[in-house]
Amino acid sequence: MAEVAYVNASRIFSGNPPVRAVDQLQLDVADGEFLVLVGPSGSGKSTALRMLAGLEDVDEGAIEIGGKDVTNVPPKGRDIAMVFQSYALYPHMTVAENMGFALKLRGVAKAQIKEQVAEAAKMLDLTKYLDRKPKALSGGQRQRVAMGRAIVREPSVFLMDEPLSNLDAKLRVETRANIAALQQRLGTTTIYVTHDQVEAMTMGHRVAVLKDGLLQQCDTPRALYDHPANAFVAGFIGSPAMNLKTVPLTAEGAKLDGIVVPLSRAALDKASGESLGEVTFGIRPEALALVSSEEQGMNMTVELVEELGADALVHGAVKIGEGTERFVVRVDGRTPPTLGQQVKVAVRDTTEIHLFHPESGDRLEA
Amino acid sequence: MTVDAAALRVAAQAARTRVAGRRGRRSRLSSVGLHAALVLAALIAVFPVFWVLVTSFKPDSRAVEATPKLVDHSSLDNYADVLSGAKGDFLAWFGNSVLIALLTTVIAVFLSATTGYAVSRFRFPGLRPLMLSFLVMQMFPFAVLIVPLYNILIAIGLQGTSIGLVLVYCTTAVPFCTYMLKGYFDTIPSDIDEAGRMDGLSPFGVFWRLVLPLSTPGLAVTAFYSFLTAWGEVAFASAFLSASDQSKTLAVGLQVFVQQNRTEWGHLAAASILVAIPAVLVFYLVQRFLVTGLASGSVKG
Repeated sequence: MAEVAYVNASRIFSGNPPVRAVDQLQLDVADGEFLVLVGPSGSGKSTALRMLAGLEDVDEGAIEIGGKDVTNVPPKGRDIAMVFQSYALYPHMTVAENMGFALKLRGVAKAQIKEQVAEAAKMLDLTKYLDRKPKALSGGQRQRVAMGRAIVREPSVFLMDEPLSNLDAKLRVETRANIAALQQRLGTTTIYVTHDQVEAMTMGHRVAVLKDGLLQQCDTPRALYDHPANAFVAGFIGSPAMNLKTVPLTAEGAKLDGIVVPLSRAALDKASGESLGEVTFGIRPEALALVSSEEQGMNMTVELVEELGADALVHGAVKIGEGTERFVVRVDGRTPPTLGQQVKVAVRDTTEIHLFHPESGDRLEA
Repeated sequence: MTVDAAALRVAAQAARTRVAGRRGRRSRLSSVGLHAALVLAALIAVFPVFWVLVTSFKPDSRAVEATPKLVDHSSLDNYADVLSGAKGDFLAWFGNSVLIALLTTVIAVFLSATTGYAVSRFRFPGLRPLMLSFLVMQMFPFAVLIVPLYNILIAIGLQGTSIGLVLVYCTTAVPFCTYMLKGYFDTIPSDIDEAGRMDGLSPFGVFWRLVLPLSTPGLAVTAFYSFLTAWGEVAFASAFLSASDQSKTLAVGLQVFVQQNRTEWGHLAAASILVAIPAVLVFYLVQRFLVTGLASGSVKG
């Protein structure tokens, strides 16, 4: 059990110009917390994890585990266990040997190793496979062995680097829930890296969003969804992605296809304070609704309907200013509009509108 | 899921019949021709060795005849002569060869495994020049090297000693084996190294306890290569070992059967067979490791 802290930690890869893979990362993880690092590929999330593991140098700043500076401590001295994306099982050892290897290196008595391995195997439903070699296991079983190898050691921090990305979709959803439950039960501080925002939202107590090595926002999944700090987080979190469009601004609100969507006073004041003529307007597909033709709303031509069963995603073109923009609307799955149909779309609730600075992408209100 | 499985099975079945059809399409005649050609090629390959074996039982005077026969006063006399030392201290040569070949194998495999691992996993200044020099070294013709190596051995006082010859063999074996093993280590995912580091191994521990056990096929090949390099070599051995009969290796010793005016074919053949046996044994020991796929199953498959 331990808290983890990145203290302005940077990793700079040499090159011309040098690449700041992780740039001044400042992040505190509480004891027992499940923190997810999420971002697109190349965002530095894996590098940040490897810095914590000791597999990557820390060029600036420091890393602390349990209040101790471990910046220059080799991996074996950090009391951490890691689950790799490829699992990285030892092919020449059986499942039991794989799981007990770390204990064996520490000189734990054979009987105790056996007991601890058996216990972890029971937890992960691997008891039947203890004598098998990794190559005789399925992908899901290998993944569990990799988890088991980490659990057996009872480390103070778990690191997981996209552990589910090699599983098929169904197994991934199952395992996702299992890992979250396991973490809950063991109460071990866990740092989990993924590019999948659904995993991030469902598993993490808190989620840290990275882009180009920079921390964009770190908050609970709910807060990320409701109050994204900038346009990148707004577009990254949520599936399908938020509709983010640059729209002209009037004294009352944002101008969309003839209608003016009223905006909060605070946001408008801030925008006029910076004398912005335009603003990045964000609205989630689920915050838009189809309305009858008499009501006020944007006219949209349906271009694509994706039926998901419970609901359907309607993609359509809306006129904004001179050109047209594509919007996605989440509608009831039983009565989707048909292709080419003209529909009217309205904002369900103006509190669900997100406004961002058109250049910096920063959020315009609290 | 069941539909998928069934469809897959049908597809697999179809693929199998297609392959079978293609195989069945070869006519009987072409099949016979193909096998006859293969048998002939095999016979041609085996015949020289077989004839050495046949000759090894014949007395020297009958070894080369205008109308050769399979059995012609054949006996085990040649073997008895060679082993008893009547023609030179065969057993001493044998001992020398075994010692030199084994030492070469152990030293070359150890050096090239450590070097190969370093160049496979670490980036360090001089990496490219090092690999390049290994490549260049293999391009040198042996004969050019004899005189300079002779001078070097004299300078460091190893001329005429077995260890000097072992070092000379290592200079040819290590560069080649390093390339081989680097290639092999490259196929072992570095995730395994990192998993080992996380489990508490030192960098050398990773090499010793994870990478080496996973590289047995590669190590077996390089060991076999190093052994053969030293076992059958003549030019270096005759130049660098002392002239006394006791210190010769087998390959050098065999020359006593080839004299200026006559060649003792029977004895030479018998000695050659005896020389080949250890090489065959080493190959037999090593070949069961020459299976690939030991590293399979470690990562996603």
